[in-house]
Amino acid sequence: MIVRRSPIPAHPVLAGAGAAGTAAGGPARLWLRVHGRLLAAGWRRGARYRAAALGGLVANATFGFLKASILVAAVRAGGGQLGGYDAASITAYTWLSQALLGSVNLFGRNDLADRMRDGSIAVDLLRPVDVQTASTAQEVGRALFALLPRGVPLVGLGVLVGGLRLPADVLVLATGAVSVGAAIVPSHLVVYLVAATGFWTVETRGVQLLYMVLAGFLAGLFVPVTLFPAWLLGLARATPFPSMLQTPIDVLSGRVTGVAGAAAVGAQLGWIAVALVAGQLMTRAGRRRLEVQGG
Amino acid sequence: MADAVDGASGRRARLVAAARPYRVLVGARVSAQRSYRTSFALDLAGSLLVGLVELAEVWVLYRAGHGIGGLDLAAVLLVFGLADVAFSTADLVAGHVDTLPRYLRAGTLDVFHLRPQPLLAQLVTSDISLRRLTRVAVGVAALVAGFALNDLALTPAHAALVLLALTSGTLTFAATFVAAAGVQFFLVDAAEMTNAVVYGGRYAATQPASVWSRPLVALFGFAVPMAFTAYLPALTLLGVPAPWGLPAEVGWLAPLATAWTWAAALLSWRTGVRHYQGGGG
Amino acid sequence: MGDDAVVRAEGLTRRFRVRGRGLARREVVAVDDLTFTIGAGESVGYIGANGAGKSTTIKMLAGILVPTAGTVSTCGLQPVAQRRTLARRLGVVFGQRSQLWWDLPLAESFRVLAAVHGLSAARERERTAELVERMELAEFLASPVRQLSLGQRMRGEVAAALLHSPELLVLDEPTIGLDVVSKQRLREFLLAERAEHGTTLLLTTHDMGDVSRLCERVLLVDRGRLAYDGTLGGLTRTVGLRRVLVVDLATPAPDLRDLPHAEHLTSEAGGLRQRLAFDPGATTAAALLAAVSERAEVRDLSVEEPDVEEVVRQVYVSRGR
Repeated sequence: MIVRRSPIPAHPVLAGAGAAGTAAGGPARLWLRVHGRLLAAGWRRGARYRAAALGGLVANATFGFLKASILVAAVRAGGGQLGGYDAASITAYTWLSQALLGSVNLFGRNDLADRMRDGSIAVDLLRPVDVQTASTAQEVGRALFALLPRGVPLVGLGVLVGGLRLPADVLVLATGAVSVGAAIVPSHLVVYLVAATGFWTVETRGVQLLYMVLAGFLAGLFVPVTLFPAWLLGLARATPFPSMLQTPIDVLSGRVTGVAGAAAVGAQLGWIAVALVAGQLMTRAGRRRLEVQGG
Repeated sequence: MADAVDGASGRRARLVAAARPYRVLVGARVSAQRSYRTSFALDLAGSLLVGLVELAEVWVLYRAGHGIGGLDLAAVLLVFGLADVAFSTADLVAGHVDTLPRYLRAGTLDVFHLRPQPLLAQLVTSDISLRRLTRVAVGVAALVAGFALNDLALTPAHAALVLLALTSGTLTFAATFVAAAGVQFFLVDAAEMTNAVVYGGRYAATQPASVWSRPLVALFGFAVPMAFTAYLPALTLLGVPAPWGLPAEVGWLAPLATAWTWAAALLSWRTGVRHYQGGGG
Repeated sequence: MGDDAVVRAEGLTRRFRVRGRGLARREVVAVDDLTFTIGAGESVGYIGANGAGKSTTIKMLAGILVPTAGTVSTCGLQPVAQRRTLARRLGVVFGQRSQLWWDLPLAESFRVLAAVHGLSAARERERTAELVERMELAEFLASPVRQLSLGQRMRGEVAAALLHSPELLVLDEPTIGLDVVSKQRLREFLLAERAEHGTTLLLTTHDMGDVSRLCERVLLVDRGRLAYDGTLGGLTRTVGLRRVLVVDLATPAPDLRDLPHAEHLTSEAGGLRQRLAFDPGATTAAALLAAVSERAEVRDLSVEEPDVEEVVRQVYVSRGR
């Protein structure tokens, strides 16, 4: 289904950019305001699709129960611990991963891909806002909203039914929240890269499927990454995917704290930077390609 | 000519004639897809990758060697093989059925009403996903590996059970697609809800049902009997007693699960169609 | 069934519950107590403004929608209960929904439909050849349907709907979006098919041009209710259905009054553009133009067809409602 995007709001901010640019804070403040508005627009869009959120919640809950069962059984079979997880922490892992699934983009699809296909991307490229950051801001806004109808209830379900226990330490929770944010952002930035291949291939379905398959697996959606054999773990760590799921869960649940925790969040931020740069390069190359093609 | 021969050939002729529209409909989809050579090759590769990654998930979990829910890696390959072949085959033939909202939006269902075939039959034959073939191949490979690793001989009994399990498993999964489609007439926006049953069911089918909690047993053991698609037949093949005190031969009851699921699926479909046609207020 | 009427509707009603804001439910009556009969071989125009309930009625005739009240029988059959039998006797062309396969050549669509309707190989050949010739489809028969222009596609749709030689052909807004030439061609094809095979024609439209050229009988529907059922001639006489000739003159002239069978409506730009209404039964646009040319030099002209809303209004006015 092609979901019609709400148009990027015509900002008086942008219109008065010339004048505002000289206002206090200058371009940085302008950038923040614009992206803040885009974020809010994404949030509001998320709020409209409540029925879809409910559907997602039911699906996530079902998978949560299924995964918790099998993983706890695996831990039991392993004599009480498996890859550094015990029954309690692996339950936490299952429910937290399902809770994050509505916000972290492991599916590879986003609205931008549709705009690539029907050519509306040309309009976006003409706007004075960076396509990558603008579209990501909107997606992140929607993802943040999704935490409400999907994330929170799933955590609640985990607590009620699955025996999930969140740490009481405020510092851990705060770092966890940061980590969650630092997981949502790169996931959408990387999905932007997937959509950006559309500058060259128009039909991005194949790349998107590839992304969905690999991302889920390497992010630790099915089993925590620590269960991987060493070579596979190394491969996973070389990708941004564990930072999208494994890391925020570990930090939020208090499994990884202190220096290790800080390092993990640092890695997440590093991947944000890498994805940003890659996106900028791809957009620039893609723009040139479109101009050459007369696209 | 003896009446018996006439009767038989007459019946066969009628069957062939009845199947003609469906043969041609599916054939049209195949020929349409053949024109997309490169993307088809990519799709095949993509499905292969999906199959391999799913296999890898199972492998990563079971490789520690302790066995989970009474299954070791060799046994779970058998379960996975049966489940994956059944699901992928069902997906190949009828996977598009639960994307019904797309058809509703395009008005395709109205066009179906104008043709002298049942609506559901038209929906099923409206597409075919040949790209799933590679995923079926992965499942077959897992099944073969499972047989080998468990030192199972291909006796007539085993062959019959595998065939029975695969057939009823495929039909059961197809029934979940149809049931999901029926619900889509009402959901439209919350389409993802049925994924819980369709894809959750697929996932559940690859698991040893013995690890399930009570609510899961109720859902995937009875309501949507996924346990019968692969796990229980696999236990029967291995000659291992089933959980909950059931005998090892319980795998042969798979067709009952299929019948039950199809009854539910047809009820769901009919209810959905009636709602679409505006019947019942 | 011993009913020889092709369509028989009695008290046909369809109500919809529409969700308003929040939990509020409104009831919309799309079709309200329609009663009419269409005999074999007739050519009926089913006209009304947008939202008058035309498409809903078609859906009930075809068995896609269940009536809320009343009955309808199509080709002597119950549309919903006997849908599959009816499908062999009924052909429908939806303006918005395509019966053809988008990514296949038109010829392939015909082949598939022939199999769907169980046509023998000989019958398929014969019928396809006839339709291709009559609708002039040969030039684009091998093109994928998605590459066809709207006019070509509509011809293909009509041919597809006629492939199994239905008794009744229903067309839902078939000429929408077509250019004048395509419209004319389509109308000619429909007339020829009817003359050749006696197919009953039911055409919904809000284009009066379609009606005047194709239909002998008119059902006028306003907000779901039947406002008029009779011949087009009768409708014209009842409401004085008029066409309007708009002339652009070379130089401004005084109002052209007292032209034979015509009424001066308005003048613009000081008499440079004048609108003249005339009764198509009494005179033709050409005759009126000749009359105007005797009085002033005409530089340009156009003819406006009666608007459906205008027709509806006039029907009610003439009834004194």
